Amino acid sequence: MTLTLFADLGLLIILLGLAIITAFARPAFVAVAAYMAYGLVMALAWVRLAAVDVALTEAAIGSGLTGMLLLGAVAWNQRQTEAHPRRRQIRLQVPATHPLLIIVVAAVCAGVSAVLAWVVVTLPEPPTLQVEQVRLALPATGLGNPVTGVLLAFRAIDTLLESVVLVFALVGVWSLADDAAWGGRPRSLRLVQHSHALTLLGQLLPPFGVLMGLYLFWAGADAPGGAFQGGTLLAAMWVLALSAGLAKVPAVSNRQLRLLISIGSLLFLAIGLAGWAGGVGFLGYPAGWSKALILIIEATLTLSIAVTLGMLVAGRPHRALPR
Amino acid sequence: MLFTDLYTYSLVGLGALFFCTGTIGLLRFPDSLSRLHALTKADNLGLGLVVIGLLPQTHWPLGAMKLIAVWLLAVLASTTVGQMVGEAIRRGVPFR
Repeated sequence: MTLTLFADLGLLIILLGLAIITAFARPAFVAVAAYMAYGLVMALAWVRLAAVDVALTEAAIGSGLTGMLLLGAVAWNQRQTEAHPRRRQIRLQVPATHPLLIIVVAAVCAGVSAVLAWVVVTLPEPPTLQVEQVRLALPATGLGNPVTGVLLAFRAIDTLLESVVLVFALVGVWSLADDAAWGGRPRSLRLVQHSHALTLLGQLLPPFGVLMGLYLFWAGADAPGGAFQGGTLLAAMWVLALSAGLAKVPAVSNRQLRLLISIGSLLFLAIGLAGWAGGVGFLGYPAGWSKALILIIEATLTLSIAVTLGMLVAGRPHRALPR
Repeated sequence: MLFTDLYTYSLVGLGALFFCTGTIGLLRFPDSLSRLHALTKADNLGLGLVVIGLLPQTHWPLGAMKLIAVWLLAVLASTTVGQMVGEAIRRGVPFR
């Protein structure tokens, strides 16, 4: 009892320390490295709170994928500085700010936190009631994991919108392309300096990573896991193969690629509309069919999320297609 | 029961000791390659000892195989990263 309290306290101190480093580190690279470590420790904290689904998502997306995107931004900024040393750079470093501004921002942050805390405390019904409702309604879906039940049955609209947002995010990144590069391939993720060690990892790890990604999706019905966690792992394996030079980034005008990116949301929406047409309501599942339909949605979502996240890491189109 | 607990305590403690020496090496060694050496060697050995120490505390065989898989994956990842950082240092990428 006291020992676990001791461990939790240590976890909290490390978490706070990493958060402070992330906020105050001047070099952008140090801040990003601390942020990634923060995400991993945060995942441990979620495990301690028995929220394993959240822990998996935090480790995969919060720390891994977001960290990768931020590292890409840091590297891009560095390349720009080297290529055009005299042009004004986007400042990824924390600029020297007026102390009054810091106080105002801190006050606003504290105010938002206080209002959020007040809203949570004064929620109209105690959250335990909803837990009880989910527990009672879960057997009808054929699922064993209440988190998946909430994500794909009780609050499916949220998950549908999340998957659509992801596609829009990628379209937003693509639209940053120069006119000449539109429809072309993103910049190669392959390292400039060839590394045999990375090639070996790129050949050795993906079979295990793909297995684990598929397992996370499959286990999501009854245990912690799901489309987002599994999809992120698959994306990570793809990005590993890309950076080891074992695969090529597809051109963004590739029709198969676009189909893979959108099929998850489209199928989700189609099944939702079918439920509306069939009389069980938008995003409702007919009795006895929910588990099968949820699995089909999750499978295509996993695929779409994997491809979308991989292309997000690859970034905007960079080279025009040869005519 | 008592014997397995004692075994776990001593091996996990030894593993923690390796983590500590590795961290001290990371902080105190003069150049990047030595620091990298301290980090990768000591951490892999430390994690290995922690895993071996925890083996009798889990379900046999699935829990134990998961622990060993975690160790093998960590060894694979840290070996690769160690190699790549080492290559970068030899190319002259500045590491403070």
